[in-house]
Amino acid sequence: MSLTIADIEHVAMLARISLSQEEKEYYMQELTAVFGYIEQLKEVDTDDVDETVQVTGLEDVVRDDEVAPYNEDMVADIQSQFPDKMGHLLKVSAVFNRK
Amino acid sequence: MLNTLTIKQAAEGLRAKKFTAVELTKACLVRIEERNEELNAFISVNAEYALEAARRADERLAAGDNITMLTGIPYSVKDAICTKDLRSTGAGQILDNYIPSFQATVIDKLEQAGAVMLGKTNCDAFGHGASNENSMYGPVKHHLDQTKVSGGSSGGSAVSVADDMCIFSIAEDTGGSIRQPAAFCGIAGLRASYGRNSRYGIMPMASSFDTVGPMAKTTEDLAYIMEVMAGHDEKDATTVEEAVPTYSKELSSGIQGLKIGIPKEYFEIEGMQKEVREKIEEQLETLKKLGAELVPVSLPYTKYAISVYYILVPSEDSSNMARLDGIRYGVRSEGDSLIDVYANSRAHGFPEEVKRRIMVGTYALSAGYYDSYYRKAQKVRTKIIQDFDRVFDEVDVLVTPTSPFTAFGIGEKKDDTISMYLADVFAAPPAIAGLPALSVDAGADASGLPIGLQIIGPRLSEEVLFRVGHTLEKA
Repeated sequence: MSLTIADIEHVAMLARISLSQEEKEYYMQELTAVFGYIEQLKEVDTDDVDETVQVTGLEDVVRDDEVAPYNEDMVADIQSQFPDKMGHLLKVSAVFNRK
Repeated sequence: MLNTLTIKQAAEGLRAKKFTAVELTKACLVRIEERNEELNAFISVNAEYALEAARRADERLAAGDNITMLTGIPYSVKDAICTKDLRSTGAGQILDNYIPSFQATVIDKLEQAGAVMLGKTNCDAFGHGASNENSMYGPVKHHLDQTKVSGGSSGGSAVSVADDMCIFSIAEDTGGSIRQPAAFCGIAGLRASYGRNSRYGIMPMASSFDTVGPMAKTTEDLAYIMEVMAGHDEKDATTVEEAVPTYSKELSSGIQGLKIGIPKEYFEIEGMQKEVREKIEEQLETLKKLGAELVPVSLPYTKYAISVYYILVPSEDSSNMARLDGIRYGVRSEGDSLIDVYANSRAHGFPEEVKRRIMVGTYALSAGYYDSYYRKAQKVRTKIIQDFDRVFDEVDVLVTPTSPFTAFGIGEKKDDTISMYLADVFAAPPAIAGLPALSVDAGADASGLPIGLQIIGPRLSEEVLFRVGHTLEKA
């Protein structure tokens, strides 16, 4: 199989990674090579095989839905990591664009 | 040269008051000072923090109060493990300035035991790699030959132990990240059973594969570390309730009658270095002389392991990496719109290999491809697990090489993604099945580079793996 530049642009958009034209061409070759190698899985007969989604053997692990205690230091620690802020608030670009 | 001691030797020395934890810590810090600029094993060194912890350990030792095997023992931590108030970058630019507000449970446990954290070690960014060349802070160099890679992703941890900059290290293994660098650097490293150690506070890569484990100079040391770090954690719902054995107790009880499976597929791989095969075969002879029974077995689905691994891991990975977007923490780039802020932050913050895996995973999970890639790989994963289940009805453990070759040259595989992925060909299968696997030193090739031997066991069989590893190291 072979991926196209349009495939790479679609994947990069879904993955939220901006790419230069040169990078698009590079990743087109790279992903084509990786998925080419992976084609070998097609030869395995998996008709009656269940999917493995986890390997713990544990089921339905639950805990009480309780509010965990927190203090002002924790809040300050988290706020100290904000890349941009206004007062105590996290500052981000506008989510919606005006038409 | 206190920094060259094992945990066992150092713990005995501390208890006998031959030296103090502060002296031991200073010896490691001096070694780091001498060697780190060349080898690039540590991203951050926290000398003041370490000396303070060492002083507290000395008080504890003087009072004879609540002393453990790790009290006063200096160690390093892979930088993809969160340490409270200490910078944790995961070796990725996007977290260059990140200071966690919380700490991994395993590190809490080590601190409670009195161990002394020296600093954070270099790795492939967020665990993406098998050579430590994918770090935003540059590659880690092999301590015996600086033109060679350290292995990865936990290359800094491996070199920090092998070059005597610390006594042990805590790292992660998703598909070989502890075992392969341990093999390349000639030390011991354990991938614990999935669910044995808490992963709370670990930067996640592929959640159904990720494990945390120890790296040390001997198997015996790994046993002491696991006695402290293993166990259930309510903050990690994948941890199991089973009691943690006293792993060090049965180390010397030998391997008489133990059935060791030799999977033929692991010895037929193309491109395997001749000396690797020879050394492993020599070690198998040793095991036989010491009373083990060698049983040829077959794991026919081994050849699909890398394909399964490189679909499932990037898929889970692309979801986990989505949290790194420069919004709430980390390094944010400018952009005209919110989408551009995400896309630019991630473009600048991730090295090439991270982007490659995110895109592979995103494509495999995207509309129209989910069934043919992701679901298919999950089914072949089941076949690989069934292979292991079947052989473990017949044998107690499996012995294989850890890697088909010894440490390769820096840059040698950089332009050949598939060949780099095949570096994990022996390490990935037990990870796919959630099994424990131990790598121990098995000698060296003609140029003096170490060769690793891998022992794989059924779930929660760490005690048996340690017994085999320890027996080989003492032989």
